[in-house]
Order: sequence, then C-alpha cells, then structure tokens
Amino acid sequence: MSALLEVSGLEVHYGGIQAVKGIDLRVNQGELVTLIGANGAGKTSTLKALAGLLRPAAGQIRFAGQSLVGMPVHQLIRNGLALVPEGRGVFPRLTVAENLMMGAYVRRDADGIIADLERMYGLFERLHERREQKAGTLSGGEQQMLAIGRALMGRPRMLLLDEPSMGLAPLMVQKIIGVIRQVANEGMTVLLVEQNARLALQAAERAYVMEGGRISFEDTAQACLNDPRVRAAYLGE
Amino acid sequence: MDIFLQQVINGLVQGSIYALVALGYTMVYGIIELVNFAHGEVVMVGALVSLSVIERLVSRGYTGWPLIVISVLVAIPTCIALGLGIERVAYRPLRRAPRLAPLISAIGVSIALQQIAALIWGRNYLHYPDILPKTQYLIGGAVISQVQVVILLSAAVLMAALWVLVQRTRLGRAMRATAQNPAVAGLMGVDVNRIIATTFVVGSALAAVAGTLIGAYYQVGNHTMGFLLGLKAFTAAVLGGIGSLGGAMAGGLLLGVIENLGAGYMGKLTDGAVGSNYSDVFAFLMLVLVLIFRPSGLLGERGVEKV
Repeated sequence: MSALLEVSGLEVHYGGIQAVKGIDLRVNQGELVTLIGANGAGKTSTLKALAGLLRPAAGQIRFAGQSLVGMPVHQLIRNGLALVPEGRGVFPRLTVAENLMMGAYVRRDADGIIADLERMYGLFERLHERREQKAGTLSGGEQQMLAIGRALMGRPRMLLLDEPSMGLAPLMVQKIIGVIRQVANEGMTVLLVEQNARLALQAAERAYVMEGGRISFEDTAQACLNDPRVRAAYLGE
Repeated sequence: MDIFLQQVINGLVQGSIYALVALGYTMVYGIIELVNFAHGEVVMVGALVSLSVIERLVSRGYTGWPLIVISVLVAIPTCIALGLGIERVAYRPLRRAPRLAPLISAIGVSIALQQIAALIWGRNYLHYPDILPKTQYLIGGAVISQVQVVILLSAAVLMAALWVLVQRTRLGRAMRATAQNPAVAGLMGVDVNRIIATTFVVGSALAAVAGTLIGAYYQVGNHTMGFLLGLKAFTAAVLGGIGSLGGAMAGGLLLGVIENLGAGYMGKLTDGAVGSNYSDVFAFLMLVLVLIFRPSGLLGERGVEKV
C-alpha cells in the first residue's frame, strides 16, 4: 500500500516545551487511522505541525510525495489536505449554506460544487433543514457535522479530524463516528485524533498511541483494544 | 424656506460622506480589530490629489463633472497604493503584537502623512476652482444643489455595490469568514493576508471618492482636513456599531443629520448665545451618549455582520 501521509522524526516545540519528541507515523491511501492519547500527550501539536500552524523543529512531513513543512496554511487544501479543527471552527455569522460554500472556496467548478452541496445535504439532513440558519445557532453536534461537511466540500484527498467528539452528548458522538466511518468507507483517507480512545479504536483500522510526546504503541485498532496496557491506560479497565 | 427640511438634506449629504469614510474604519476594524487612525489622512490625500489634477486640467480648458471624474480616477489608485502601503509597512509587521502597538503605529502614520502632505501642498488652505454648475433644485420648500444630488447618488451607488460585494460574492464571503475566524478561513484556502489587503483596497478607494466629493462640495482643503473628518467618521462607525457595514452607513447618515439640525437650531435654542459653529459638539455628544447607553452601537448587537 502507498503512504499518502508520511511523518518521520517529527519534533515540535510549543510554548517553550518540546511537545513532540520525534515521531514516525504513516497513513495509507484509503485508511482510517487514529492517533489517541491523553491530554497533553502531543496530539494537537502534531496536528498543528501537519497543518502548518506550528513549524516543526525537526523531521519530515510528506503528503502525496510532497513536503508540507513550510507550506502556508492556505495551500493545504489546494494540495488535498483538509483539517477539521478542534472546537469545529464554524463561521458563526455565516449561514449553514455559506459555511459549506466556504469549504469549496478553492474550487471553480460551479456545477460540481452545487452537486456536492446536495450530497452534503443528503448526508446530513439536519444541515439541509437549517441551511439558511446562522451556523452559530446550531447545536454542538450539528456544528460538528457542518465542520465535516464543509471540509468535504473542498474535495480533499485526506481528512484530518481534531477531537470531533469533544463536548458532544453520547448519542451525538455515535452519530458523528458513524458519519466518519461512512466517509472512510466511501474511500476517504482519514486521520482521526481523539481523546476518547474507545470510540476511536472502534471506528479506526489502525492506531497510534501517543504518550509524553512519543508514539508509545502502534498496531491495528483491534489489537490495541485487546492490549492490556492500552486497556489499562486508555480504556479505564 | 423650510429650515428643518433644509438641514435634513444638508445633513444627509454630509452624512453620506461620513458614511463612505466610516465604512473604511469599520471594515478594517471588523477584519483585524484595529482602529486605522490614518484613514482620515487617506481621505485628505484623496482630496488634495484630486485638487491637483483639477488645477492642472482646468488651465487646459477642462471643466465641469468630467473633470471631477478624471480627478477621482487619479485619486482612487493613489489612495489604494497608499492604503496598501500603510497596511504593509505599519500594520502587518505588528499583526501579532499587543493591541496598543498597531494603534500607536496608526497615529504615527497619521502624523507622518499630514507632514508629507504639508511638504507637497503647503500649509495654507487651498481653494478649488469654480468648475461645477451652480444649478439648484427646489423640493418642498428646501433647496438642493446639483453637487449635493451627485454626492447623495454616488454614495448610494457605492454603498449598494459594497453591500453586494460583501453579501453576494465569493470574495465577500471570504472577507466575512476571515473577519469571524481567520485561522479557519486559512484552512479553507483563503489567503488571509490578501483578504486583509483587499479590505484596505476597498476602504481606500471609498476614501478617495469621499475626498474628491468633499473637495467638490466645500471647495477648500489642506493637510489637516483629514483629522476632524476622520474623527467624525470614526464616531459614525462607533455610533452604528463598529464592525457593522449597515451600522457605518446608518451611523454616518444619522451623524450628518444630527449635526446639521443641531447647527440649524443651536442659535434659536440658546437665544443666540451659541451659534452654528458649535455643531461639532453634537457629533461628540452623540458619541458620549451612545457609549454610555448602548456601548455596542445602534446596530452593533452580538450578532453583528462584521467585515
């Protein structure tokens, strides 16, 4: 299998500390991979480095054979990488429809954009009902759906999801995970960064466990779920 | 003559110029939360550049509205270049600095521009040649001049165009998105620096038009004219709710009307003790009242449409 995203020897300094201490990570074309770990393990710093929001102190990030280090943020989606940020980041005073259109900002194929808009409304009925409403008036779960839909509107080759379950009611979390699975089943490559390890492991094919800025464990998601160390540390058993 | 109607007409004319300038303040504030104190000076440069163009061409026999059109076509690119330069040199390097730093930088730019203008155009008041027809129209006991009609119409057209740009186009959507969350707008592929620069371009172009119209209307200008005008327009923006486009438009018109009504009735109210030359007091009295009773401005609620 070919690696779409390949991270090697990545080190990131954040707020005067070394948040990421040299990690290797790869996501193959079409895979749903999760990166789990406790708060402060370095997950978000890793993701920020991938998205160009933090400059790595060392290491390589290659996406589709191209280096992402030093690439301006606004070029990411043009290269096929979409990040759904922590806390969703919807534009609160734009309507749902306008938010989705912002996702397609870099595209010029008007017909394709309209078709994708309809596709998103099919995938997320609630967004269709609320398409003329300001995004700030949506519930947390609806905002998360909007954020995912908006990212998909850019027709990315890969989706990076930062803590999509954060702050959501359990029922809504299940729904969001269902959507992520569905998107992955349709062939999207996904890197899911989650604190909710059980959930992430149930959804993903492979997993990396991060601890103190290092990858402490990597295996198939099933193997992680069965591993006594992971169970003890992250699944509360 | 109907004094009330007359003052309302004069107020709307003056107010539409305030509104054009206030839009520049409010757009920049909406997108980078900076009060661009140099904006009044951009208007001043627009006014003086168009005056220079008019003076040069008048001696070659040009006259009337075509001359104003030519002068504004020179003033617009000049002001756009100036606005872009200010953003690049004085604000962009301070984007991540504490909020006070760009504010001080803005005041510095404002003083520098005044002094540069004094070197170019001198320190005396400059008078515009009489090139426009003095035609007047009667409406309901009040008089409106052709110049006033043109000011009202051009301001209305520009504001409508700006509204369409911001609300109905891909660029406008990107501007609103950037105002609400620049980091996420970047993830959508928006080059945030370019959007900020675009905001300065639009604001400066409006300032150029405002400067030219002011020159045509009052027929006088000098290197300090941007100061009070800028302060008034900023007041209008705050009055309407800073960051809100509709607020800047409404605030500008309202401020113009209040000021002119105040000037018209001041003598009567105080039995001649205080005359119309105190009209500026009304502008700032309004500002104080709004800040006390409605700090977010008339239209500036939590759900303002920022850009």
